[in-house]
Amino acid sequence: MTVAAAEGPAIRIKRFLSEYPVVPLILLLAALVVALEVIRPGIVNERWIANTIKFAIPLAMLASCQTLTMLTGGIDLSVGTIATISSFVMATQVPLAGTASAVVIALVPAFLLGLVNGFGVGICRVHPLIMTLGTGLIGIGCLQVYQRFVIATGSEVPDFLAWLGTGRIWILPHSLLLFVPFAVAVVFMLRRTGFGRLLYALGDNENASRLSGVRGWQVFLALYALSGLIAGITGLLYLGLIKAPSLSLVEPRLLPAVAAAVIGGTSIFGGRGTYSGTIVGALILTVLTTMLTVMQIPEGTRRLLFGVIILAVTAIYLRLTEES
Amino acid sequence: MSDERIPLLEASNVTKIFGAVRALTSASLELFSGEIVALLGANGAGKSTLVNVLTGAIRPDSGHVRIRGREFKAASPTDARQSGLIPVYQESSMIPDLSVADNLRLTNTEPAPFRYWLGELGIGQLGLDEEAGGLPLATLRILDLARALASEPEVLLLDEMTAALPTDLVRKVLDVIRSQKARDCGIIFISHRFVEVAAVCDRASVLRDGRTVGNLAIEPGVEDRIVDMMLGGSIDAAAARKAKSADDRAPGLPRLSAKGLSAGTNLADVSFELHRGEVLGVVALEGQGQDELFEVLSGFEKPSGGFIEVEGNKVSFEHPADAIEAGLAYVPGDRAAALLMQRSVRENIALPFSAQVSAWGAIPVKREGERVAEAIERLQIDTRAQGEVRRLSGGNQQKVTIGRWIATGTKTLLLFDPTRGIDIRTKRQIYPLMRKFAKQGASVLYYSSELEEIPLVCDRVIVIFSGRIVDTFNAGDADESTLMRAAHGLALSSAEAA
Repeated sequence: MTVAAAEGPAIRIKRFLSEYPVVPLILLLAALVVALEVIRPGIVNERWIANTIKFAIPLAMLASCQTLTMLTGGIDLSVGTIATISSFVMATQVPLAGTASAVVIALVPAFLLGLVNGFGVGICRVHPLIMTLGTGLIGIGCLQVYQRFVIATGSEVPDFLAWLGTGRIWILPHSLLLFVPFAVAVVFMLRRTGFGRLLYALGDNENASRLSGVRGWQVFLALYALSGLIAGITGLLYLGLIKAPSLSLVEPRLLPAVAAAVIGGTSIFGGRGTYSGTIVGALILTVLTTMLTVMQIPEGTRRLLFGVIILAVTAIYLRLTEES
Repeated sequence: MSDERIPLLEASNVTKIFGAVRALTSASLELFSGEIVALLGANGAGKSTLVNVLTGAIRPDSGHVRIRGREFKAASPTDARQSGLIPVYQESSMIPDLSVADNLRLTNTEPAPFRYWLGELGIGQLGLDEEAGGLPLATLRILDLARALASEPEVLLLDEMTAALPTDLVRKVLDVIRSQKARDCGIIFISHRFVEVAAVCDRASVLRDGRTVGNLAIEPGVEDRIVDMMLGGSIDAAAARKAKSADDRAPGLPRLSAKGLSAGTNLADVSFELHRGEVLGVVALEGQGQDELFEVLSGFEKPSGGFIEVEGNKVSFEHPADAIEAGLAYVPGDRAAALLMQRSVRENIALPFSAQVSAWGAIPVKREGERVAEAIERLQIDTRAQGEVRRLSGGNQQKVTIGRWIATGTKTLLLFDPTRGIDIRTKRQIYPLMRKFAKQGASVLYYSSELEEIPLVCDRVIVIFSGRIVDTFNAGDADESTLMRAAHGLALSSAEAA
């Protein structure tokens, strides 16, 4: 950084931001919380913080699927469906198979759909957008068929999921027990494993990776299968959080998950992004949602504002961190 | 040459500068009606730039282009077409998803004369509703020529259009071109093949380093003078400095042998051996099959004939990973194709380490750091610019692409024009590095478009022309003019003369 000393402060700030892109995001998050407190004094308390974290966690997990796939220049639009399937299968299998088996049964379709995505993207070279959109629709269709078979069995949300999804100690929701190790694992994977390196490499230059002996299909297969599995686990967490299984439980969370990854600095063109950014992105979106709810604006305006804010934040953020 | 007539096309003192590169310093060309002029020059002499100026694709910085004495300021290729200058390139200009007839309609070409010329060129039976994309490359080139002829051009510009055409078609094309002289059409003919130039051209205009250095009438024996002009008589003592003699080649099985390799129409029956401790040069003009050779050896393409042996074992590559496993690592000519521009030097060098599924787990950070540091040191990569590789200079980027394989411990490097477009200092570092690499028991296949570096790096050199190996030299005997003659397919005649 000896070079930077000779440069003007504006360039130094820019360089700092491009080296630590999470910093402006954290500042934005803090600003939003302050703004919320100004709009509605007293709202930022223990319970509110715990709730915000509680809702941000499954969103951040769902967004991890986007970050991981986007790093390779892909996307996973089937995670909403996959999470819905795992939550619905879980709730309906608890009365039939018991909690422990239900977890396994619920995660199998999630993993399989992920594998199908990986097969399509990696081996058949279908564009990830189309492939995951397709498997998402197929998954929803299968779920509706499945529902007819279990219509008589009823559903049940196991206690441990409800505890994990909704419980809290002070400002710390129980779901952190799942999320902290998960986040550490994802960050470690991206920074310090060969697999993580290859995600960045494929997104940066697939041809160069091939030249270096990387067989892209192996990475894509593993990546989308992993993404499916994460989505499945997230579905279970949503079941514990919302406690009302339905055929569209997680579907509405899909696009916010994509938005969280993008706001968090993941480039949809691949090769750029961090999971820590995505986590902050998920927190920002959650706070933003509360803010717009608290302001008691009509639903239409709220959505409109939500969209505008996402676009604005992303644009400004890119300006700040990208180099000319 | 300099008669009183007004030339059909005249370019005088054309200059063009791209950034720091002077592509054309003073290029001139005169073309009279009924004349065929060859435009010749070594790689990088400025031929393409001059062609682009003439066709209006780029504007010259200074100088004039006149058609029939009138100043011509082409702002676009369409303007040039309207003034009667029609180019035909090595690449097809047909839109592949449209039928031939639709392609004709796009350029307002009459089908009747087009059909006539197709007949003259020997493919009169072709259906016009066939999709252009489904036709063989040679046919497409003929279609381009027929389309150009059908519009009755005043000036026809043929840029390497005979490259990779089968011999019988080349003969037909040359016949048709010759017949155009009677029509008062002027033709600029660009070809690497002296035989063709000698067969049809009246004059040759020679470019060197962006300057027109000569204007010769085509007559028997003119080839050698042209070669000297293209090189500028700069055959200095560089060749005398010979790195090592070829005798101390290690005995035993060759590291790599190619046996009758073919690929499509561009590479035919190429066989050679690359030994342990050897740097084998490859010399070829552009598009003579060297690209295909490297793609086949590196596992990017499968050969259509022949096979490869590594240490005496027959191998077959489905993927570059197979070639790497066999110890063959490819460094392509285009650095951007080999680098992760947004990642660090370290990640770029370490990329092959993680390629295998068994290496997907935690990275042994310390060991990786040591291997990368060693490669950086051996190659003297300037890493002061920390962070992304795109911030490095071209020379340092090239070192990263090579360093990756040195760090991996590759036994055989396939280098495709590694010094193209990099600074002289880096070049001078790369030569001894390759020598040292070979001395330590590795093997290097080294294609270069710069002939003067062949004697500095290589032990032996093979020359490829029209997809075949036409000559093999000990690098010590391979001065520039010998190589240049061989690369133009003139080896036999000059050997007889000598």
